[in-house]
Amino acid sequence: MEVLWQSDSALTVREVSNGLPQNLAHTTVMTVLDRLAKKSFARRERDGRAWRYRPAATREAYVAELMLTALDQTGDRTAALARFAQSVTGTEAEALRTALARLEGHSSGGDTRNGL
Amino acid sequence: MRELADATLLAAVAVGSVRGASALAGASWPRRSPATAILLWQALGLAGGMAAVGAFVAVGVNDERTGVAGGLITVARRFASGQLANRGEGPLLTLLHITCLAAGMTLLAVLWWMLVMAFAVVVQARRRQRELLTLLAYGDPKAPGALVVDHPAAAAYCLPGIRSKIVVSVGTLDLLPPAELAAVLAHERAHVRARHDLVLIPFSSLRRAFPRSGLIARAHWTVALLIEMMADDHALRTLVDRALVERGEPLPARELAMALLRFGAAGPSCAPEGALAVGGGEITARVNRLLEPPPPLPRAAQAGIIAASALLIASVILLLVI
Repeated sequence: MEVLWQSDSALTVREVSNGLPQNLAHTTVMTVLDRLAKKSFARRERDGRAWRYRPAATREAYVAELMLTALDQTGDRTAALARFAQSVTGTEAEALRTALARLEGHSSGGDTRNGL
Repeated sequence: MRELADATLLAAVAVGSVRGASALAGASWPRRSPATAILLWQALGLAGGMAAVGAFVAVGVNDERTGVAGGLITVARRFASGQLANRGEGPLLTLLHITCLAAGMTLLAVLWWMLVMAFAVVVQARRRQRELLTLLAYGDPKAPGALVVDHPAAAAYCLPGIRSKIVVSVGTLDLLPPAELAAVLAHERAHVRARHDLVLIPFSSLRRAFPRSGLIARAHWTVALLIEMMADDHALRTLVDRALVERGEPLPARELAMALLRFGAAGPSCAPEGALAVGGGEITARVNRLLEPPPPLPRAAQAGIIAASALLIASVILLLVI
């Protein structure tokens, strides 16, 4: 996928093979690309007897999709994943910033880390 | 009149569960013993749902000889033989019985369907996350045992399941010092190990079934918060063990609290207002609890709550079967 993202044009299986750092069998690369196409991560088009592959979306778009769920910005709190911290409202974030500044000021003033 | 007594008792249990749930939502003791409180929430939800369905069906089957479950079988046999009315009852009474039966069965079907849908949605969302992570995430020695995604916003979460994954963003690695990151990872590992996600799914399915119910929204929010507190406690226990080995480490409760504060302070202030209004104060509650831990409930009180939960479920089952 990395190879596809770095290329401007659609690539054949052989071109992807050549772009990979490790030496993989032609059929292995073909299988991987085929699966990427089936899962709609890559689009493929006929070029004579071979397929040419290009990414369906940019890397950034996929990262954005991943993070949208991770940050819970849809507002619909799904049980699909367990986040460490839920999104906060503007006012709570403000209060937390104040508390953080106070605590950090406290610990740099002396060794009270165990005392809290 | 036995079926009416059954129906009245079941309705009383349903109303009692709702009353109990709203009292529990406002109570302050759950933060002292989150696991016990979650058990009580589950018992109230299950008993309330079963009793509400049972009350309708009890009126609907209108059977003097057997309980609700037995009566349902008799009614099914009667309907199969093409006879809608009970012996010697007027058309108005028959209509009432059939309406109540239909209402009970519809409620049961909706509750089941929503639960199935909630599972389906979760499974699908997780599959998509897995696929995306396979493409995008990489390992990093700074976050052992976790996958890293290249994004500046702070995010840390786990993808529960058989092949569970813990994910952090580059933003998280930049935000947190190593000790705090370890605390966050311990928190996520606690979620993964205890399968906390399975506890939350029935409550989110109830919320989908009754999106306008304020009580259910509060129940969902409260249970989610209690689960986080449980994972906080669990993370602290594993971290304390390690801190005892590596002497001189600061107390892990503070590390976890600082991590939470940093996450909250870095949080998106542009989050859609209203959608998240119900969740306000969650991080504050957890930070306060970590910095000034309340004493856990006495063992006797915990045992009492567990016994009451079991009794509640048992009484509903007895009412339905006998």
